[in-house]
Amino acid sequence: MKKPPTLGSKTVRGLNPFGGEQAAQLVPHTRLAGPVPWVIAIMVALTVIAAAGGLAMSNVASNARAELAGGATVQIIEASASERNRQAAIAEQLLAEHPTVASVQRVSDEELNTLLEPWLGVGANNNEAVPVPALIDVRLREDITEGNLNTLRGLLASAAPAARIDAQSSWLGPIFSALSSLQWLAAALVILLGLTSAAAVWLAARTALGTNHDTIEVVHLLGGTDPQIARIFERSVGFDAILGGAVGLALGLVAILVLGGQFEQLGSGMIAGGGLGWVDWLLIALIPLAGVAVAVLTARLTVMGALRRML
Amino acid sequence: MTTDQNEGVTFDNVGLRYGTDREVLSDVSFTLFPGSFYFLTGASGAGKTSLLKLLYLAQRPSRGAIRMFGTDVITLPRDRLPAYRRRLGVVFQDFRLVPHLSAFDNIALPLRVSGVREADLHKPVTDMLEWVGLSHRAEAHPATLSGGEQQRVAIARAVIGRPDMLVADEPTGNVDPDMALKLLRLFEALNRLGTTVVVATHDVHLLKKVPASLIMRLDKGRLSDPTGALRYPPRRSAMQPGNGSLEPDT
Repeated sequence: MKKPPTLGSKTVRGLNPFGGEQAAQLVPHTRLAGPVPWVIAIMVALTVIAAAGGLAMSNVASNARAELAGGATVQIIEASASERNRQAAIAEQLLAEHPTVASVQRVSDEELNTLLEPWLGVGANNNEAVPVPALIDVRLREDITEGNLNTLRGLLASAAPAARIDAQSSWLGPIFSALSSLQWLAAALVILLGLTSAAAVWLAARTALGTNHDTIEVVHLLGGTDPQIARIFERSVGFDAILGGAVGLALGLVAILVLGGQFEQLGSGMIAGGGLGWVDWLLIALIPLAGVAVAVLTARLTVMGALRRML
Repeated sequence: MTTDQNEGVTFDNVGLRYGTDREVLSDVSFTLFPGSFYFLTGASGAGKTSLLKLLYLAQRPSRGAIRMFGTDVITLPRDRLPAYRRRLGVVFQDFRLVPHLSAFDNIALPLRVSGVREADLHKPVTDMLEWVGLSHRAEAHPATLSGGEQQRVAIARAVIGRPDMLVADEPTGNVDPDMALKLLRLFEALNRLGTTVVVATHDVHLLKKVPASLIMRLDKGRLSDPTGALRYPPRRSAMQPGNGSLEPDT
């Protein structure tokens, strides 16, 4: 038998970390034929939609709060139209002269009729069939507090006894509360979907570990280290996650754009404030990247945990 | 010249049991002299495979001490074991080739694991394929190789990294007598380069083919060592490859 070939003296071990395509070959790739990219795609799409919804609601609430922060509404609740108009005119004048008031604007009868049309019908209130309070929109130079509301109440008490002043934000308190709940719900959904994605990857990594157990054991017995073997799976899962993340982001963006367009057509002033800013879009774009990071980390922890059970 | 046992492998009163079953290996003590050739024999169930698992660091013993290349591998932290495994070559009874890798990539695997650059891989792997007579099958996958070809790929993978010790579990069990002899000659050729070779076999005819070999006989988990040659190995001068005489080191 001839002499066996030997490694040349120039062959240095340990310089090239076992990785890349050569290492990735050890685990057969299924790519889009396997379930993992699709599971991740669905999770990312749902997360993107939930996150966009949460961010939009946050924007709606923020815009509304900012808009209503210094706003108050004065109602002149008086059955007699002439007395109502008289008190409204006095109130408008007194408020305009007060130093804390930035602007005062009476809501015109036409505007009131337009607002009431959905309930009373067209022209139903032209003949004062239903007495409607006169409304004055007041903007203060500062945020509304109970203190400055009382000051204004004192100002109008004698001159316009039928006047009633309310902070605009107090009317929308329940709506803000509901929006806040929806924001928390969206955040919880994002977290749950993240955990579900991690669980799906954990299951996939365990399945891949089971399927490739013999290969892993061979590499282990040939002197492969735990991090080397874990990298093989990280790479495989990472590719699946990038693929799934890209598909999921695309699906999520389509859903956001379609829903955004439909809400825009509602023409509601409040919903119009729910548009997404560039920071929001950046956060949404980070979701698939976070998905890839979660997937790779989950795969690493799963594989390292399984390898620790070997000697 | 005295024996430098630190370079070899020493088992001292090693016992092994799986779970709460009875011991499959009991009070096993021996020293594998560097550069020597050993046959491990015994009936089925005698504990050959368990002993080999301890040798190629797939298993820790339940008791006793194992020193390998001068280090106590029982207490060695787990993350330091790969460095010792890379000094071993293993031929598994069932080959354990990676099914979706070509013969070339299977043979290259130990070098890639130990960090050899791709540029330095091609020649040694090609030479190894030629050595085992499989140059023409370099791109073939294991499923398309015959049993003998798979066996040769497994041997090539085990020896490509020039291991300090080669452990082979029934390497001739699946091949015809002619091929068995050829494989044995491969092991001998490697042994002549200084690699310690341990071949587990139940083929008694094979033992006569390597006159310089030492026989380790397992019986119901106990190692038979009537002359003490396994526990107290002969001096190095008496153990040069090709010299079959044994002179206990007293």
